[in-house]
Amino acid sequence: MLMMINDDVMVLLGLAAAVLFVLGLKGLAHPKTARRGNQMAMAGMVIAVATALMVPDVRAYGWIVAGLGIGAAIGIPLARRTPLTALPQLVAGFHSFIGLAAALVAVGMYVRHMTFNMLVEREALEMGIGAAIGMITFTGSIVAALKLQGIVGGKPWAHPLRHWMNLAMALALVVCTAWFVMGLGPLPLLLIVVISAILGVTLVAAVGGADMPVIVSMLNSYSGWAAAATGFMLEQPVLIMTGALVGASGAILSYIMCKAMNRSIVSVIFGGFGSEVAGPAATGPAMTVREAGVDDAAYMMGNAQRVIIVPGYGMAVAQAQHAVKELFNLLGERGIEVAFAIHPVAGRMPGHMNVLLAEADIPYDAVHELEDINPRFKETDVVLVLGANDVVNPAAQTTPGSPIYGMPVLEAWKANLVYVVKRSHRPGYAGVDNPLFGMENCSLILGDAKAIVEGLVTSVKAG
Amino acid sequence: MDLNPLTILTVVFVLSCLVGYFVVWGVTPALHTPLMAVTNAISGIVVVAAIMVAGPEILGANICDALPCPYPESAGALQWSARILGFVAVVLCGINIFGGFAITSRMLAMFKSKKQETRD
Repeated sequence: MLMMINDDVMVLLGLAAAVLFVLGLKGLAHPKTARRGNQMAMAGMVIAVATALMVPDVRAYGWIVAGLGIGAAIGIPLARRTPLTALPQLVAGFHSFIGLAAALVAVGMYVRHMTFNMLVEREALEMGIGAAIGMITFTGSIVAALKLQGIVGGKPWAHPLRHWMNLAMALALVVCTAWFVMGLGPLPLLLIVVISAILGVTLVAAVGGADMPVIVSMLNSYSGWAAAATGFMLEQPVLIMTGALVGASGAILSYIMCKAMNRSIVSVIFGGFGSEVAGPAATGPAMTVREAGVDDAAYMMGNAQRVIIVPGYGMAVAQAQHAVKELFNLLGERGIEVAFAIHPVAGRMPGHMNVLLAEADIPYDAVHELEDINPRFKETDVVLVLGANDVVNPAAQTTPGSPIYGMPVLEAWKANLVYVVKRSHRPGYAGVDNPLFGMENCSLILGDAKAIVEGLVTSVKAG
Repeated sequence: MDLNPLTILTVVFVLSCLVGYFVVWGVTPALHTPLMAVTNAISGIVVVAAIMVAGPEILGANICDALPCPYPESAGALQWSARILGFVAVVLCGINIFGGFAITSRMLAMFKSKKQETRD
């Protein structure tokens, strides 16, 4: 039999767990301290679970250990085997589990307390809120994961009345919660579960593929708030502290992503509020665009002193990161200084490019954020843009009418030569022309990013 | 001091949001994906609540002599449904905790500096 503890000891042990979580996140300030941070967070979780097992009421140890065992048996292989390109959808899938767990806990607590007629109004309010946030997180994350996996189309679902439908469902949720608090019956709780499940789907279905980084971090935030609501219901500070930490983290990531995309957070969350006013489409004066061959680019890179590579979603799609590493090594061996420039929204989730480059064994000190690397473009001989477009668009600084005006961009055009690897002549996600392509120092190389980078490697070796 | 528990919990909540806000701004953008993975793992803290739902003993029907049960004939079935709901929640949180920490370790192990790179 395990040791039993009283409420005060339990809250203090919860505090210890929460402090370890905070220190764990603090460790992520630098790659050097990050592993230690992850270990601290693990220690925090061990304390939290052990504490919960020592609650006097808790007796069904077999069930709980079996549950955790099944979780480990599913979770660990998933984490080990999922290819890193599928990481965004894996993370979205994980969020859905937390959402569902929070909703199940709310309903389960309701059933338990109803059995012995122990329900009170105050806890009912928190049950309703917990069930609602949980279900929205659950179904929303599933839709996000399906979109990221490509099972559901990435196009936003643009029903003309969708904002009114969402508003109606939100109001219905408020009404049902009030009804639940006053009557404590099962029907309003069931309605809360069903309506929030639908709302999660309609909210995320309306979001386009390129806005997914914001939505994935937003759902991360929701899963934290769901945990916090559960904490209020059970009067457990550890759930509130940890939930708030996760909630704040996801919210900040969403804010950073929105800012870097020049979009308002409201327009992204409520699904394409801005899409109706997508701004002037790509109809500017026709540009003369130069195209270059792989050999030209390889020759210029092989004879350069400084090269910057700008990876975008195109590199992830083509899985070109290992070929990029080969190019990086090859140029490095010749004494050429190669750096990577990462735009905050490159890829499908925050920090996506950094992980892909790290996977290919590219040292993190060669990878730079926008503010650090922008001053260096003017001293750079060759810039290689791999499947990125809007993030190197000078119109963001020069054309006040452009939809992307004001968005922070990588100033690739300041380099001597720019090679842009693209699959086609089409404009980027924002649907705006990129004047960079018409500039004298810029040439396009059309084709698949991986094939082209492999071609560059062969050509540099030969040259 | 005779405080309403809700007051104390609100204080805890607001201060924790502020701590979260300042700590997360300190995370380097290069590690934003591992940040999401590790927050994913720690949001598995819902397991504490799940354990409290799944954990209590199933009490026999005679408990309804002592406690006011609205549905005495189905008291057992209701307790079992709560346990099953809690158990499923424990499994889901377990996937997050183990999976989340494992994927974070896997990612962080890949981040190497130039020095470590040449040593390998």
